[in-house]
Amino acid sequence: MRFLALITILMVGGLLFYGTPDFPAWGDPESPASLHVSPYYIEHAVEDTAVPNIVTAVLADYRGYDTMFETAVIFSAGIACLFLLRIYRRKSTTTRLYRHNLTGITLRIAKGGKLPEGSAEFERIDSLWVPYDMIIKVTSRLVVPFVQLFALYVIAHGHHSPGGGFQGGVIFGAAIILYAISNDLRRAFRRLNEKAALLASAAGVLLYAGTGLMCLLLGGNFLDYSKLADLLYTDAIMARSHGILIVEIGVGLAVMAVMVSLYYNLSSAGRHDEGL
Amino acid sequence: MESLLANFLAKYNYWAYIGLVMIGMYAMIAKRNLVKKIIGMNIVQTAVILFYVSIAAKKGKTIPIIAHGHEDTGHHAVQALDYISPLPHVLMLTAIVVSVATLGVALALAIKVYRQYGTLEEDEIAMRIEEQ
Amino acid sequence: MSAHFPGLVIIIPLVAAFLILIGALLDRRLAFPLTALALLGSLLTAIGLLGKVIQTGVVEYHLAGWAPPVGIAYRVDHLNALVLVAVATVAFVNLMGTRELVKGLFEDRLGPFYTLYILLIAGLQGIVVTGDAFNLYVLLEIAALTGYALVGMSEGRAPLSSLNYIFIGTVGASLYLLGVGYLYLVTGTLNMADLAVRLPALYPSKVVVSAFVICLVGLCIKMGFFPMHAWLPNAYSHAPDPVSSLVAPLVTKVMIYVMIRMMLFVFTPAFAFDQMAISEPMVWLAIAAIVAGSFMALSTRRLKRMLTYIIVAEVGYMVGGFWLGNRLGISGAILHIVNDAIMTLCVFLSAAAIISKVGSDAIDDMQGLFKKMPVTMGVFVVAGLSIIGVPPTCGFFSKWYLISGAVAAGQYGFMAALLLSSLINLVLFFRIFEIAYFEPFHDHHGDHGHFVSAVQEAPFEMLVTLVVTAVLLFALGIYAGDIVSQIIDHAIPVGIT
Repeated sequence: MRFLALITILMVGGLLFYGTPDFPAWGDPESPASLHVSPYYIEHAVEDTAVPNIVTAVLADYRGYDTMFETAVIFSAGIACLFLLRIYRRKSTTTRLYRHNLTGITLRIAKGGKLPEGSAEFERIDSLWVPYDMIIKVTSRLVVPFVQLFALYVIAHGHHSPGGGFQGGVIFGAAIILYAISNDLRRAFRRLNEKAALLASAAGVLLYAGTGLMCLLLGGNFLDYSKLADLLYTDAIMARSHGILIVEIGVGLAVMAVMVSLYYNLSSAGRHDEGL
Repeated sequence: MESLLANFLAKYNYWAYIGLVMIGMYAMIAKRNLVKKIIGMNIVQTAVILFYVSIAAKKGKTIPIIAHGHEDTGHHAVQALDYISPLPHVLMLTAIVVSVATLGVALALAIKVYRQYGTLEEDEIAMRIEEQ
Repeated sequence: MSAHFPGLVIIIPLVAAFLILIGALLDRRLAFPLTALALLGSLLTAIGLLGKVIQTGVVEYHLAGWAPPVGIAYRVDHLNALVLVAVATVAFVNLMGTRELVKGLFEDRLGPFYTLYILLIAGLQGIVVTGDAFNLYVLLEIAALTGYALVGMSEGRAPLSSLNYIFIGTVGASLYLLGVGYLYLVTGTLNMADLAVRLPALYPSKVVVSAFVICLVGLCIKMGFFPMHAWLPNAYSHAPDPVSSLVAPLVTKVMIYVMIRMMLFVFTPAFAFDQMAISEPMVWLAIAAIVAGSFMALSTRRLKRMLTYIIVAEVGYMVGGFWLGNRLGISGAILHIVNDAIMTLCVFLSAAAIISKVGSDAIDDMQGLFKKMPVTMGVFVVAGLSIIGVPPTCGFFSKWYLISGAVAAGQYGFMAALLLSSLINLVLFFRIFEIAYFEPFHDHHGDHGHFVSAVQEAPFEMLVTLVVTAVLLFALGIYAGDIVSQIIDHAIPVGIT
């Protein structure tokens, strides 16, 4: 196998090596790649779409169709994991384990048994002993809201600075995943359960595709945001800017939900118990 | 000789990406552990990203965000030469998302394989299959 | 509205995917009717588009209102439209035929299943209509990702095969992306039509040569062309039956379409056939694919596995036919894309019906099936005859074009390989017919006598779809001449004789 691998990579390496001497010099502003389409974007993005961040303008408007499918890719990854891993039929267990958070004692409760008084301090666990770490829980609890706020900033400010729906969505998803890691999956489900995550991911992409359809119904081509001008009470150029914001919000929602749902399914191998 | 070496070094990130593709592919073929293969796959995808981002570079120029874009666009024209090319960055945002999605599905399948055979080593899996 | 057909053909299934998931969260039973409605809409749009292309010629659609090369454009000519209709037809027919099977296999996850199903179709149809090289990559990955998930969701070795499919598929797609990157590096554009304009001046460049080779290798990996076919038989034969009958007819054919599109309309025929001088080795590889696929099919006693090896050989037909480089050969390859999609659908659907009733895919367990499942076996015979290449089924006509192309190009090796493969297919299918017709049905489950009576005809809707596909095989055969003269002739650039 090693030998085969060496032969293959030498062939691939040789093939890639062959073309490289004819490449334009690295960092050359006069290279052909920088002279054909890309100057158009740099010189016209602001007057076409009123978005100073050209990457955002190209991503969500000029090549917005790519981006819609990119969101669909991440959506299908989320659905694929759910489809492959989710276990719907649970083994019925006769006993359940609960941890008393203050003392760390684990209780085993037989079927039909009830928790003692003050059951708010008990938490269901799956193995005999799971550590309870107050420092991690409290710290992450403090951090999570700020992370979420930052995520919203990244989504909203994608027009003017590096950022946008994908980045913000991932950060927002990371906040929820942080919460799920520092506590456990069952607690995370109380904040954002499986169905809500699925619904949010579908709704996010649907917001994107729906905006495109709306443009089509208003007489433009698919995703031609300038046709939204009458609906948004602005001119065609600002309508493009607003259209970009709308689809970025959709992207953010979808990416957040898919990241969380991927984590739910991968970390618990589809069982949706306490997770990692 | 001097200029040949200088020419070679000037394209160092293209050489780096070729190296990464080769490393990733070697891992995918030669390693017997499925997770290592998945990592190799990710290295190949990342190498392609490095290649594209290298195309965009312009020496000494800035990121493609036009400063004060809203205030006075009409007064001084934007020069394309002053900003690096945005298009490859846009494309690579897509490629990053694709590689994350592929990674997620690959890990899900690896979990399924593990559930079935109790191992992620290809040799042991082959033994289990023969036993059946 | 018809101006928006090229967009709608993708947007309908895409939007439906999200609605299906939401609908299935409310009520699982909504998933199937929603999918059927969306695929029917998409099929009708595709047919409308084909009609429009035949009447008025190339249809362009600028997404987001930006003209290429700044924006992404769809450019639908005769080639796209024909393959598009084939893809939409297979998707819709397979959906109708496998309803009961899917219900039995994935009862608790119907919503995700149909969401992935329709996203796969949206991806494949998008690949077919798009005119942008990078957009094609994104759509390729959608089709691939959903395909991996669908293939992997079965008991036994399916997850492992699917994981290997991911490794190979990702390398193939990454190579394609790299090739597109090379082209972008020297031209600065991603639009296919624009690339075709800007490339000829750069043909001497080594970058273009490497881009060509890298793209071609990546696509050959994705289509399972010999010797990069190793993933294909495992992935397709271990997949759940309703998925095999969807993925096997479509994915490899769409990849062959992409190869034809890239070679003829991005790189010009002059570059691909004359300057690169790889036609000869490609045809020889195709011959190897046909021979190897046929012999591997002979060596197995499992029905689905045999059919997947036949696919390896069929890929050789199309790739070889294309690289003959003359009009007859390329016509044969394009016609065979359509015919083979329907043939493979038909044969895999009837195999799915047989396997679900017999409970095993061993050929030796098929004794007496003509008595038990006469309609299913009848359709299976038609599909078999078509794969062998017996007139008036469609398989004969595409094979006729391929053989005439081989004679015209002086490639007698390719002609011999085609004939040999037909002969082997004859053996393969008559071996099955013999077991199913002459050997009496005897109980292979030992003394559990009640299993005998359990084998009966497939469910009604499956029979209807099977008969429809069989009729399609004849119809495609009868109208083969019209398809070639009305559509395929216009699809091939004028310069090729």
